[in-house]
Amino acid sequence: MNQTILTVIDNVPAARDVFKMRLSGDTSAITRPGQFVNVLIDGLYLRRPISVCDWDEDTLTLVYKVVGEGTEKMAAMTPGTKLDILMGLGNGFDVEKAGDNPVLIGGGVGIPPIYGLAKRLIAAGKTVTVAMGFASAADVLLKDELEALGCTVKIATVDGTAGEKGFVTGLLNGEYSYSYACGPIPMLKAVFDTLTCGGEYSFEERMGCGFGACMGCSCKTKYGNKRICKDGPVLVKEEIIW
Amino acid sequence: MVIDTRINLCGVEMDNPVIPASGTFDYGREFTEWYDIRCLGSFSIKGTTAEPRFGNPTPRIAECASGMLNAVGLQNPGVDVVVAEELPNIAKIYGKPVIANIGGFSVEEYVTCSEKLAACDNVGILEINISCPNVHGGGMGFGTQASSAAEVTRAVRKVTDKPIFIKLTPNVTDICEIAKAVEAEGADGISMINTLLGMRIDKRRKKPIIANVTGGYSGPAVFPVALAAVYRVYKAVNIPIMGMGGVSSAEDVIEMMMAGAAAVQVGAANLINPCACRDIINDLPRVMEKYGIEKLSDITGGAHV
Ligand SMILES: Cc1cc2nc3c(=O)[nH]c(=O)nc-3n(C[C@H](O)[C@H](O)[C@H](O)COP(=O)(O)OP(=O)(O)OC[C@H]3O[C@@H](n4cnc5c(N)ncnc54)[C@H](O)[C@@H]3O)c2cc1C
Ligand SMILES: Cc1cc2nc3c(=O)[nH]c(=O)nc-3n(C[C@H](O)[C@H](O)[C@H](O)COP(=O)(O)O)c2cc1C
Ligand code: FES
Repeated sequence: MNQTILTVIDNVPAARDVFKMRLSGDTSAITRPGQFVNVLIDGLYLRRPISVCDWDEDTLTLVYKVVGEGTEKMAAMTPGTKLDILMGLGNGFDVEKAGDNPVLIGGGVGIPPIYGLAKRLIAAGKTVTVAMGFASAADVLLKDELEALGCTVKIATVDGTAGEKGFVTGLLNGEYSYSYACGPIPMLKAVFDTLTCGGEYSFEERMGCGFGACMGCSCKTKYGNKRICKDGPVLVKEEIIW
Repeated sequence: MVIDTRINLCGVEMDNPVIPASGTFDYGREFTEWYDIRCLGSFSIKGTTAEPRFGNPTPRIAECASGMLNAVGLQNPGVDVVVAEELPNIAKIYGKPVIANIGGFSVEEYVTCSEKLAACDNVGILEINISCPNVHGGGMGFGTQASSAAEVTRAVRKVTDKPIFIKLTPNVTDICEIAKAVEAEGADGISMINTLLGMRIDKRRKKPIIANVTGGYSGPAVFPVALAAVYRVYKAVNIPIMGMGGVSSAEDVIEMMMAGAAAVQVGAANLINPCACRDIINDLPRVMEKYGIEKLSDITGGAHV
């Protein structure tokens, strides 16, 4: 973990109400896909947690949806803007557990961390299937990028305007070695009930600090009380209590 | 100019008056990943209760103008784990005496926790929180009436000779009356203020954001409220005050001390900037020089007219 100033390189639309922001600066605190950063925004008090979508030595990519005041301000940021960011927060996904053909499941803005994970799994020689669910075609996110990595990408939309009509669980008809999921709770629960293989699930909670100090984000698990920001956001299937 | 930031709080020597506030510093462990916490004057541990508590359901946090709401609800592992594990670990990572913050739902609970915590070598001061707005039935109940505040103080006083600070809520008609009542029962000092009762509503869901409905408001927005409360209580009692509420900079520390604080606690600021207290301590000499202050402890109450 560290506190760093990063500079916006570009900040462009990626889907309906969704933006992709690239920043340059020291990313050495990020150690695993599925970790997040906590962004200080001028005029707002609490930092905003956003997943690491992708990173290399000196670039960080965030993909975020405009849902309120903070993300609205982020969407208006221009290249050159400097941001105070707490980096490398949370545990992230364990790439080692993947097996040969893992499935990655994402819903809406749960997909950004799935991208960073897919990239590292492909680099490790895995056969990666990504199943993504959206409300509508206009919301489809990172599809071309995931295909370019070499993933098999399956899409479901609630209104049927892209991919199969229905929910992401309808796409999960193969045999997989392991699973990784990030998205809204009802999606996570449905995936949990559908898949028989082991897996890791990434959760969200409103946060005070993002680094384990305030107990704002606590949840109960079979392995005891955990903080989503520090002991999560990724929980293993066996420990989750719905 | 030779700058002296040391203070002495009821016999406990501190290198400076900067103290992370209870509930915003956990047991110190998380902050060792950000800076060397041995620079702190002291720190106040997470509110401790007799039994382990998970606390309130989430969401527990909401954004507010220049501040935040929290309704954590005294999540902690219980006094026995704090004594057996957390305090020994604090001795390793911090070394200096800390402030043991105690929450409770009955006079007996305050007494039990106080006895156990006072027996620990590295507990320098007991801070009795009779003012948490986030727990039903107890907590703030004790802090909102002079008689019950006095009762808790009297009971805890009987079981320890270590300094006792009573932590007061601002959510009362006359905070000075409560302060005088606990002073009369032998409190060595006052910690103030705890959070102000607040709420936010999610307008799309038409529901309160905080699962507990209300939470405690803290952060820079409450600084003037805290300052006025400390100023008034300083006039009303003759025991030292640990002042807090919105303190975020060395400038704020000086102002809080001028209002009457002998030491200053920093809460929410730690959550936004994990190095907040270190930065404040590093900046103190510069700000003291700016205002021509040589000995920091001399300025306590200096603004009184
Ligand atoms: C670990 C983690 C990773 C995340 N990754 C992403 C991501 O990659 N892309 C993305 O678009 N969103 C992500 N989110 C959700 C994102 O944090 C919120 O959408 C964002 O904080 C909303 O801020 P706002 O000011 O626009 O909304 P407002 O509603 O104005 O925010 C008010 C307060 O509520 C908090 N809040 C609101 N919604 C959420 C939420 N869903 N989760 C947590 N806190 C919330 C805000 O942080 C802020 O403190 C993530 C959340 C977490 C916890
Ligand atoms: C997340 C959070 C948790 C808190 N938990 C406690 C607690 O357990 N016991 C206590 O006495 N005060 C608790 N407080 C109150 C603070 O110690 C402090 O009195 C208050 O926040 C005002 O200071 P600030 O404006 O600097 O945050 C908590 C505050 C916050 C923000
Ligand atoms: S947000 Fe503070 S402990 Fe998780």
